[in-house]
Amino acid sequence: MTTAYTDKSGPFTHAPSSVAKTMATVLAALLPATLYDAWLFGWPAIFLFLFTIAACMALEAATLAAQGKEWRVALSDYSVVLTGWLLAMSLPPWAPWWVGLIAAVFAVVLAKHLFGGLGQNVFNPAMVGRVAVLVSFPVQMTAFVAPHPLFAAASPGFIDALGITFGHAFHFDTMTAASALGYVKTELTKGVPVTQSMPGLMGLVGGARPGSFGETSAPLILAGGLFLLWRRIISWHIPVAMLVTLFVLGTVFHAANPARFTDGTFQLVAGASFLGAFFIATDYVTSPVSKPGQLVFGCGVGLLTWVIRTFAGYPEGVAFAVLLMNALTPIIDHHLRPRAFGRTRTGAPLPLKGGK
Amino acid sequence: MKLFPVRGGVHPEYRKERTSELAIVALPLPSTLYLPLQQHIGAPAEPVVAEGDLVKKGQLLARGAGPVSAPTHAPTSGRIAAVTQVTAPHPSGLPQTTIVLEADGRDEWAELPAPIADPFAADSQAIRDRVAQSGIVGMGGAAFPSAVKLNLGTQNRLETLLINGAECEPYLTCDDRVMREYAAEVIDGARIMAHALGAPQVVIAIEQNKPQALAEMTRAAAGIAAVTVVGVPVQYPMGSERHLTQAITGRETPAGKLTAELGVVVHNVATARAVHHAVRFGRPLLARVVTVSGGAIGKPANVEVPLGTLVSELVAFCGGLSQPPRRVVNGGPMMGQPLPNLDVPVIKGMSGILALTAEETNEQPSRACIRCGTCVTICPCGLVPVEMAAFIRKDNLEAAAKLGVTDCFSCGSCSYVCPSHIPLVHYFNYAKGSLAAANREKRKNDQVKALVEAKAARLEKIAQAKRDAAARAKAAAPSTPEASA
Ligand code: SF4
Ligand code: SF4
Repeated sequence: MTTAYTDKSGPFTHAPSSVAKTMATVLAALLPATLYDAWLFGWPAIFLFLFTIAACMALEAATLAAQGKEWRVALSDYSVVLTGWLLAMSLPPWAPWWVGLIAAVFAVVLAKHLFGGLGQNVFNPAMVGRVAVLVSFPVQMTAFVAPHPLFAAASPGFIDALGITFGHAFHFDTMTAASALGYVKTELTKGVPVTQSMPGLMGLVGGARPGSFGETSAPLILAGGLFLLWRRIISWHIPVAMLVTLFVLGTVFHAANPARFTDGTFQLVAGASFLGAFFIATDYVTSPVSKPGQLVFGCGVGLLTWVIRTFAGYPEGVAFAVLLMNALTPIIDHHLRPRAFGRTRTGAPLPLKGGK
Repeated sequence: MKLFPVRGGVHPEYRKERTSELAIVALPLPSTLYLPLQQHIGAPAEPVVAEGDLVKKGQLLARGAGPVSAPTHAPTSGRIAAVTQVTAPHPSGLPQTTIVLEADGRDEWAELPAPIADPFAADSQAIRDRVAQSGIVGMGGAAFPSAVKLNLGTQNRLETLLINGAECEPYLTCDDRVMREYAAEVIDGARIMAHALGAPQVVIAIEQNKPQALAEMTRAAAGIAAVTVVGVPVQYPMGSERHLTQAITGRETPAGKLTAELGVVVHNVATARAVHHAVRFGRPLLARVVTVSGGAIGKPANVEVPLGTLVSELVAFCGGLSQPPRRVVNGGPMMGQPLPNLDVPVIKGMSGILALTAEETNEQPSRACIRCGTCVTICPCGLVPVEMAAFIRKDNLEAAAKLGVTDCFSCGSCSYVCPSHIPLVHYFNYAKGSLAAANREKRKNDQVKALVEAKAARLEKIAQAKRDAAARAKAAAPSTPEASA
C-alpha cells in the first residue's frame, strides 16, 4: 500500500497526448509533400534537407548542453526536428549547406534558446532562420532551380549533388529560375502586366515549377493541413482566417485593377500560402492561445502577406507576415481572453436576470 | 426537451463498462464500523453516545451541530467500542474523531421515526426536518447537508428541481446502477424534495452513455406530468451543478450566486433515493452504493456498503488488489481525492474507490508548456489555465487571482488534456488554498486593525474629554479669582 501516492491533486487519468505525439503527427503530415519535393528537386535538395535538420538537432543539443541542461529529453519530443524540417522546406532546394547552417543557428540558437527555450520564444524559429538568410544572402535565397526530378536525365547524380550542396558546383546565373511570385514581381517592374505574367493555375497546383519545398506542392501541403485538422492538432481558425483574408484581398484588388494585382486564387496557390497557413502560422508557441485570438492572428498574417507580396521588395511575404504577427501575439492574447463562466467580459459577475 | 450548449469540456476514456453491467451487491456486515464525526461539509457532529453504550440500528450516534452540519446514525446494532481518533479518508491522512461501533451481528433496528404518510400533503418544513434528522448529505461527492439545500425554496422562487444523474466521472457507475435498479425510489424521493422546495417541475438529467438508466427512469416517470427525464450529451464535466443547469435551462449562473437564484436546485440521484427512505420509512442514511473499480482491483463491483466500513474490507470483498496501485482514489479519477492507504472508513460522500495502475493514471514528467491552447479551449469556466499556471509558477498569486483562478472548480479537464503533462490543477489548488488563507489572514488583520483603531479612537476620545475638561477648568479657574477680586 505504500506505493499509492498522494503527492498531487487529480486528475488521476490523462489523455493519451504528449508533446512528442503532437510533433510526430505534424511531421507525418509534412511527409508526403516532402517526399514529392525530394523527388522533384533531386539529390541536392535531399542533402540540404537532411543537413538542415541535423544542424538544428546538433545545435539544440549543444545549446542545452552548454547550459548544463538535459538535451536528450529535449530531442525526444521532436520539436527541434519540426523546426529544422520547416526551415529546410522554406529554403531554395539547391542552396549551399552553409545557408542551411546559418539559418539553423538563427532559428535554434537565437530565436529559440536566447528567448528561454521551447515554449518561451516569441518568434517562430524556422521563420527567423529563413528571414535571416534571406536578408543576408538574397542571391542564394532567391536562386530557385527548375525542377530536376530524381532519376530524370537532367537530374544531378549523387556525387554531382554533393558538389552542389557542399561544394561550388552550382552556378547561379545559368541554372536558376524565379519562383512564380518572383517572376510576376520582376515582370511587373518591367512593365509587363500581371495578366500576362501570371502563370497558369494548373502548373502552379501541380507544383512542377521553381520554388522552395514548401512552395511547390500545394495539394500535398493542403492534404497535410487537412490531416492535422482531422487529428485535431490544429484548429481551423488560423488557416481559414489567413487564407480567406488572402483570397478576399486578392480577388477584390484584382477585380479593381487586373493589370496590377494578381487574383485571389493565385494568391492562395502561389508561394508558401498553404504551408504558412497550416504549418507555420499555426505554430503553438508563437500564436495566440484563444480561438478569437487565433482568428485575429490569422487575418493579420493574411493581410500582411498580401501587402508584402504586392507592395514590398520581396516576392514572398509569409515569413515576414508571420514574424510581425508573432510580435503581436502577447497583446492579442491579453485582449482576447475568453469570457469566464458567470462573468461579463470585464470580469464582473453577470447580472442575475440578464443571464438570458 | 431542448438542451443548451455548454462551453468546453473533455471526453475522457470512461472505462465504465467494467462495472456498469454488474448489479449492486450488498457487503456482508463488517464486525467493526468507524464513523467519523465529519462526513459532510460544515461543522462536525457532536457525539451523543459514549464508550460501552449499546446501540441499535438507525439509532442516533452524533447530532448535527449548528446550521450547516449533519447527524450520524448506527448502521447496525452493537456496542460503542470507543470514541477516538482514526485516520480520515482525506489526502492528508490526518486523524479525526470517530465513533467505533462493534457490531453484534443481530442487526436489530431501533425504533425509527414514523413514516410521513402523505408527504405531498405534509408541510415542507416537516420534510426538511426529516431529511436533516436522517443525516442525508449530497451523495454525488460534495457531501453538503441536503436539508440546508432543501431550504433554498424559502428564499427563492424555484422552478426546477434538477436531479443530477449525469455521472460524468469515468469509472463510476453507482448512480447508473441506482437509477436502473431503484428508478421508482429515486423518482419518489425527487418528487418529495420538489414538494419541500416548492419547485413545480422535476428534471432528471442523465448522460446519454447510460441508455438503460434513461429507459428505466423514463418508464418509472411515465404518467407523472411534473417529472421529465432527459438525456444530456456525454461531455465531462456535465455533472457540475452550474454546467448542468446551463445545459437544461440555458441560463448561466452569475459568479458568486447560487443556481437557486435562477430558480434551479440540483440534487444527486442517490440523495433522492435516501430521501425516499427517510420520508417513507423513517430510515436514516446508513449505507451507500460505492463503485469499486480500477485496474488494480481484483473483481470490480458496485457494492452497497454500510457507512463506516473500512475501505480495506470493501476492497477485500472485491477480490483484493491484483497488483500494487499507483493511486487509490476516493471518488472519480477527475475530481476525486487521493487516499494515502486503505485503512480509512467509507463515508457518505464516497461514490467510488478506485485503485488505479500506473498505466491508467498515465502520469508523466511534465515538460515545458508549448502554448498549444488546448487548456484554454476546453476550460468549462472560460479561464486561461496556461496563463494562470505561469503566474503561479512565478508565485504571483495576485495576477492569477485577477485571471480568475478562484473561479476554477478543479474539474481537472485542463490537466487531463495538457500534452506537456503540466499538473495545472495542482497549481490552482495551491493558489486557491494560499489565496483563501491570505484572505482569512487579511480579514483577521483588518479585524485586529479595526479593533486597535476603535480602541485608539476610544482612548483618544477619553483623552480629548479630559483635555476639554482641563481646558474648561483652566478657562474657568483664572476668571474666578478675578471675579472674586
Ligand atoms: S494544455 Fe498544457 S501545453 Fe497546452 S497551453 Fe495549456 S498548459 Fe500549455
Ligand atoms: S480545473 Fe479549473 S482551470 Fe482547469 S479546466 Fe477545470 S475549471 Fe478550468
